[in-house]
This record gives sequence, structure tokens and C-alpha cells, in this order.
Amino acid sequence: MGVSMPVFWLGLVLAYLFALTFKGTPLWIPPSGRLSSGVTIPSLMETFNLQNLSGPMLALVTFGSNSVIFNALITGNFVVLKDALWHLILPCVAVGTIPLSIIARMTRSSLLEVLGQDYIRTARAKGLIERVVIYKHALRNALLPIVTIIGLSIGGLLSGAPLTETVFSLPGIGTQLVTAILSRDYSVVQAFTVIIAFIFVTINLIVDLSYAFLDPRIRLQ
Amino acid sequence: MTSAEPLIHASQRTPFQNVMHRIVRHRSAQVGFIILGLMIAMAILAPVLAPFDPIKVLTDVKVRTPPCIHVLGCPADKPEHIFGVDGNRRDLLSRIIYGARLSLIIGFASATFAILTGVILGALAGFIGGWFDNLVMRLMDILLAFPSLILAIAIVAVLGSGLINVLLAISIVAIPVYARIVRASVLQVKEQDFVSASRALGASPFGLLINHVMPNTLTPIIVQGSLGIASAILDSAALSFLGLGAPPPTPEWGLMLGEERNSVFNAPHLVFIPGIAIMLTVLAFNLIGDGLRDVLDPRLVHGG
Repeated sequence: MGVSMPVFWLGLVLAYLFALTFKGTPLWIPPSGRLSSGVTIPSLMETFNLQNLSGPMLALVTFGSNSVIFNALITGNFVVLKDALWHLILPCVAVGTIPLSIIARMTRSSLLEVLGQDYIRTARAKGLIERVVIYKHALRNALLPIVTIIGLSIGGLLSGAPLTETVFSLPGIGTQLVTAILSRDYSVVQAFTVIIAFIFVTINLIVDLSYAFLDPRIRLQ
Repeated sequence: MTSAEPLIHASQRTPFQNVMHRIVRHRSAQVGFIILGLMIAMAILAPVLAPFDPIKVLTDVKVRTPPCIHVLGCPADKPEHIFGVDGNRRDLLSRIIYGARLSLIIGFASATFAILTGVILGALAGFIGGWFDNLVMRLMDILLAFPSLILAIAIVAVLGSGLINVLLAISIVAIPVYARIVRASVLQVKEQDFVSASRALGASPFGLLINHVMPNTLTPIIVQGSLGIASAILDSAALSFLGLGAPPPTPEWGLMLGEERNSVFNAPHLVFIPGIAIMLTVLAFNLIGDGLRDVLDPRLVHGG
């Protein structure tokens, strides 16, 4: 069921539900943007008095101060931090629901397969409590396909970025990509496509490397 | 006593009949076929079913009128719009009905294109091997390095927006999946004894590929194909939602959602209903795909 849902539609339905239906109740969650209107945070240059930066350093500090959560964390501005996290709830739920259903399905089938193995019966025969059998013996051995599917679904998350960011009006890579296409700005499109592909490939590399960590029988050559 | 009878019947059926027999009894595939049948009926009978022209602007209603159904107590002097009226004063029900045509066509066409190209490339790569295999598979690896929708967006950016380009982009993105599946099963099948036997009998390489190897690689393609149609519909809806697909007056579900996404708070029916239509169609193909996998997968056939 979850696999069939368009992520942009889910986002809009969630926005409608939590921002309109629950209006006035504690369940109300802001539907769009990064911060509530009126909530602002000074840039890092202002806070730490760094007026005469230049070049890569300036770019880095600007990046840091525009990442609202990072900025709020290191300056200890908890009002802004709470507001920023509050605004992240709906996008995260919308993006996460589809991978959730895929991962849950995968975990179920993988765990069922492992539970039929002999060493599970041995563990039970030893008289271990069920919790230890499931989490230590079964789940650890079932992890490999689950990790694979997590790595692959991150590709889906990146694919969903333009859609979710458009729905929740967040200024991110996805919205930039769409704006660039609509204004026929090809070099920007190229750059963002390559950046996203790079992230995707890196994540898959990390997944491959983690196999060796999860299953000591697999050796990295 | 009675349990032996179905076994005898099963052995008398041809494999195709056997599969058909099992798929129509598969519970989730049944649901999928029913939804898909309704969607196809809706698409074919669109001119009969739709109460209004999907593109014509109505004059006697207000913009974004909520649904008005006479049976459910809507005053009879108002014109009846079961799904309401959209932001350009067009009847939403008619647009949904006509949208079924477009979505199904996009789904089937792009899956067909992707399957044909992917199968040909994968089969040749697996069968010929050597440098050709390397070339094709590395190309497929490049395509797989991008998250699917991002690559589709990039292709549309290069080709320009429009329905045909969206179709092309979605199929190109789907090609590597099929190519990999076919190559893997071709590599497996071509080492088997019956292939060697017919090669020894003097079959030409091409005839060998078409007559002996390909039929044995069809199963995973059928399963992947039905799931591929689902993701093609979803992807095309996403591209239209971003404004990269069909141009505005077209009744396309993703586009209808995208046009009205800012009015979700004052006219939610304009967002909810097209989304439900997309979801039902995609769900139908996913259910059929799951059913086909259960029926066709040899490991599950023996298991029960």
C-alpha cells in the first residue's frame, strides 16, 4: 500500500491534516517553510564577529549559518532550534513513509527466513529468552538484505527531494533543480544531478563496505 | 481421497493454463485485476462516462466549487459535479475519467519501450559476452548511478518538457533494470544442456537465442514489467506535478495535482481525488505484479 502512494500527494494530505484539521490543538504542525514567520536567527558572522572573512572560509561560514539547525545548535538558540525541528516533522514523515513500508516488508521476509535456521532452534533449545533469540541471533543474521534495501531506498529519498521540497516549500537541492530546469539553466541542472548521483554512489559504497562489518565472513580485498 | 484429483488436473494443464489458473485465484491479484479492469473501462468509455468536456471551461459555476452530489443532499437547483470543479472551472470528474486514458497509455507505452530495449540489450550482452557485454553493462551501471527520478528530470531538462519526452525519459531510466535481469538469466540459461544440445544439432546462434534462451528468461521480465508499469505511472505523475510533463490543459492526474497544490487548504478535493486515482492505478499494477511473482517464482511453486 505504502509503495503505491505518490510522495507529493502524501505530503499534501499530511499538510492538510496536521495544519488545517488540527488547527488550534497541540497537534498542529506547520505545513511549510523552515521557520515560522517572525522567527529569525543572526548569521554566524554576526554572532562571532567575523566580518573580514573571504574565499572558501566565507563560503563555509555562510553555509553553516544558513543551516538553521546547525547555527541554532552552536549558538545555543533553542527557540529557533525547536521551531526548525518543528517544521521538519511533516517533510520527514512524508519522505519516510514509503521507505518505511519497503524496509518493514524486507525485514519481515528476511527475519522469517532466518528464524527457520537450525541455530535458532539451538538457541531456543539452550533455553535463551525469546528476546535474545530474536534480537541477537535472528535479527543480526537477517541484517544483510535489510541494509541493502536501506541503501537503495536512499536513492528513492533523493528522488523524492524535488517533490517533497516543492510541496513543503523548502529551499533545498530539489527546488533548486526544478527552478533551474524551468528557467533552462542547464549547467545548474548538470551540477545538481552530478551532486545527487555522487551522494547516491557514496551511500551505496558505504552499504557495500558495511557488509564486511555485519558479516565477518565477507572480506574486503 | 479428493486431494489427489486436483493434482491430476494440474498435470493435464499446459504451463500457461496452470499460471492463469493460479493467478485468478490469487487474492491480491484479483483485487488488482478488478481495479485495473475498472480503470481500463473508464479509459475506453471516457467520452460516454464523462458528463462534461474535460478541457472546456464551464460558465455557470464558481471556481473551485466543492463536490455537489444531488443524492447526498446538494440542492437540486445547483449543477451536479460529483468531484467538484477545479481552479479553471472544469468538471473534475470528467478530467479524472479522461486522465485514466493518459496514465494507462504512459504506463504501458513506457514499460513496453523500456522492456523491448532492455531485453534486447541484456540478451545480446549476455549471449555475445566479451567486450560488448562490458560496454553495455558499464553503460547500464552509469544509468543506475543516478536515482531514477533525478535522471528522468535531467533527461526531460535536456529534451524539453512534454508528454513524449516524459515517456522517453521514464523508459530510459527503466532500461538498466530489465537489461540486468535478462542478462543474468541469459547467462544462466545458455550454459544448460538443452542449449548445448541444440547448438550441437546445428542451430544458428540467433535462432538459439530466440527459440531456446529467450523463452526461459521471460518469467522475471513479466513480473518486473508489471511492477515497472506502476513505477512509470508514478514517475510520470511526479514529473507532471513538477510542471515538466504534459502542458496545462491536458487532463493528467499529476498535472491536476500540481496545478492545485497551493489550494489544498481551501479546496482539498482538487488535491485528494487525483492523488487517490493515481494511488489506485499504481496499487492495481503492484498487486498484479506481486501476484505474478508468487505464481511464477519456481521456488514458491514447490513450497506450496
